[in-house]
Amino acid sequence: MPLVKGGNIAGDAFVQVADDAEISADGAVLVSAARLLADPEALLRRAGPTGVVWPNNHDVALLAPWLSRLAAVALVFPSFRDGRAYSQARRLRERFGFSGELRATGQVLRDQFAFMLRAGFDAFEVKKQSDAEAFAAAAKRYSVFYQPTGDGRVTALHRRTQLRHSESAGL
Amino acid sequence: MYAYDEIDRTLIHERVAEFRDQVKRRLAGELTEDEFKSLRLMNGVYLQLHAYMFRVAIPYGTLSSAQLRRLAHVARRYDRGYGHFTTRQNIQFNWIKLAELPDALADLADVGIHAMQTSGNCTRNITADQWAGVAPGEIEDPRIWAELLRQYSTLHPEFSFLPRKFKFAITASEHDRAAIKVHDIGLRLHKNAAGETGFEVLVGGGLGRTPFIGKTIKPFVPGRDILSYVEAILRVYNQYGRRDNIYKARIKILVHELGIEKFAAAVEEEWLGMADSALTLEDADIEDIRSRFFYPAYEKLPQMPDELIKAAHDPKFEAWRRNSVTPHKVTGYAIVTLSLKPVGGPPGDATADQMDAIADLADQYSFGEIRVSHEQNLALPHVARRDLPALWRALDRIGVATPNINLVSDIIACPGLDYCSLANARSIPIAQELTRRFANHDTANLIGRLHINISGCINACGHHHVGHIGILGVEKNDEEFYQITIGGRADENAAVGTLIGPAVPYGEVADVVEDIVEAYLALRARPDELFIDTVKRLGVEPFRERVYATR
Repeated sequence: MPLVKGGNIAGDAFVQVADDAEISADGAVLVSAARLLADPEALLRRAGPTGVVWPNNHDVALLAPWLSRLAAVALVFPSFRDGRAYSQARRLRERFGFSGELRATGQVLRDQFAFMLRAGFDAFEVKKQSDAEAFAAAAKRYSVFYQPTGDGRVTALHRRTQLRHSESAGL
Repeated sequence: MYAYDEIDRTLIHERVAEFRDQVKRRLAGELTEDEFKSLRLMNGVYLQLHAYMFRVAIPYGTLSSAQLRRLAHVARRYDRGYGHFTTRQNIQFNWIKLAELPDALADLADVGIHAMQTSGNCTRNITADQWAGVAPGEIEDPRIWAELLRQYSTLHPEFSFLPRKFKFAITASEHDRAAIKVHDIGLRLHKNAAGETGFEVLVGGGLGRTPFIGKTIKPFVPGRDILSYVEAILRVYNQYGRRDNIYKARIKILVHELGIEKFAAAVEEEWLGMADSALTLEDADIEDIRSRFFYPAYEKLPQMPDELIKAAHDPKFEAWRRNSVTPHKVTGYAIVTLSLKPVGGPPGDATADQMDAIADLADQYSFGEIRVSHEQNLALPHVARRDLPALWRALDRIGVATPNINLVSDIIACPGLDYCSLANARSIPIAQELTRRFANHDTANLIGRLHINISGCINACGHHHVGHIGILGVEKNDEEFYQITIGGRADENAAVGTLIGPAVPYGEVADVVEDIVEAYLALRARPDELFIDTVKRLGVEPFRERVYATR
């Protein structure tokens, strides 16, 4: 399954480890929510970066105490029709200020890339190779946006305000 | 109507390009039907019994004459020459070809209309009082807010895959014509004690399998905060709404299971956490949207012009005027409702020729503006009263001047088993038969206001729960049967109807309705006691006795 990061197909620095598997001191790992919560200090003390795979029915507020030390949070789309992780992503970015990698996993398809980018995802485990290759084009599909999210894109309301200001400045 | 700016135009064309690409990938086999289904639904494309059905959004029921002409063009060019106006102020075409859909969408985009989110588990068309902006006594034009909500909810990155569909309705009048209490979110514009304009927010109303009347979640949300408050509601619903059972996935079930207090507390917590939200509206933002709405330059005209006094001698004109013409906020003007419920016709249908003719009449008599009501009729919102006789003659010629607005033959009906793959029973032929039974306008006038709503299945697209008389098609041993309720209503006193007795077969529905109406005529306290008030006063029992005594 190709990983898209920074807009391009990239190698995955993280290794997803099973709950009973041993973890090296300096490797980049993705662990389950249960494993992280069982002993977060031990995991986060390691030299290597730690990320967590967070299910879409767990409140992301539970992660708040560890977010500044987590390198990645992987959210899950069991089906592309299950949109819970969009809310989790926005809460992580906008409410809790998470600045690490926010990864979309599960049924991640081309037609959802734009939504995911806007919700704050910056890494994508894409289901189909052809979709991963089309990432850059899909990400540019829209040039205007109605809603403000934490992604910093200029929204319609902002753009209209700017237009009003430039008009009144021109008077 | 609202005039798109460059931002709106860009977005809609980018959307058409995206859908064209999706259709191409589907036809090339790159997308499975399962993957494509959600994508086409979010562009209003259903697979029905015979063909693809295409639902076009008419935001808050407002159309320009150019837009209506373009809908006529779509009906003619891509369909079979007619369209069906729906209970959500949209229009549906029943015979569209998948490969031609992108072209139809592109044609519509040129005049600023689209089919975004007319289906799918996302925010649907924002509906409003069809008389918004012209009704006397309104707080302010609710369409400004409906447009802000339309933009806010269009291609929302967080809420495009909700547990289930999500419907808003908004009104700014004391008398609710938008049925806000049976929507996922109902918004009522009002002023608080400080004279500030804001919203009473209702949540969790809905029909379908489990009808609920919406509950007030917050009595006053200032206008500037409405988008962030709505976002908080949607976020709680998106995370906690049920996804295990499609019939329990609407927000009404979540509100019911949690209780309104707990749900409100969860929303409040989320909302307070968004302090200083980028969604907070500045006055200038609101004025910007308001300035893009067209408001006619009304003339100073007499309320009783000579033309009207002269025409009063024509009883046919008078019957129509009394029934279909309603007061306007400006002296000398009127709101005219066009009945899409001719005797023997399918409710809500209009031919391409009718649409073109109505567009021309709107240009001539209504500043080029047309409205669509959730009762599946049209309206011309700015008619000079002196033009009423001439307009009436023109409307009569094209068959949209049946004087039956709000009367027994002004029936709301879904397409039913004639078109819909979900239906258990036919709706349209039942409606057609009822319009024939009550074809006599004098009798209909004698009966007075009476709303009959018909759904061909439990999904309740025909709003049967809130019909004064509600008719629901069910299937029993491979036969069409109909459950009949009375006492439902969709206005500010919204209530779900009560079953009057056992379901009856197709052939007996019209007889039962006639018997109910006869029972009412016998039971009403005075000639001006409406059907709905008689049912409220007496309950269902006396009706049941009379109607089922001989069955």
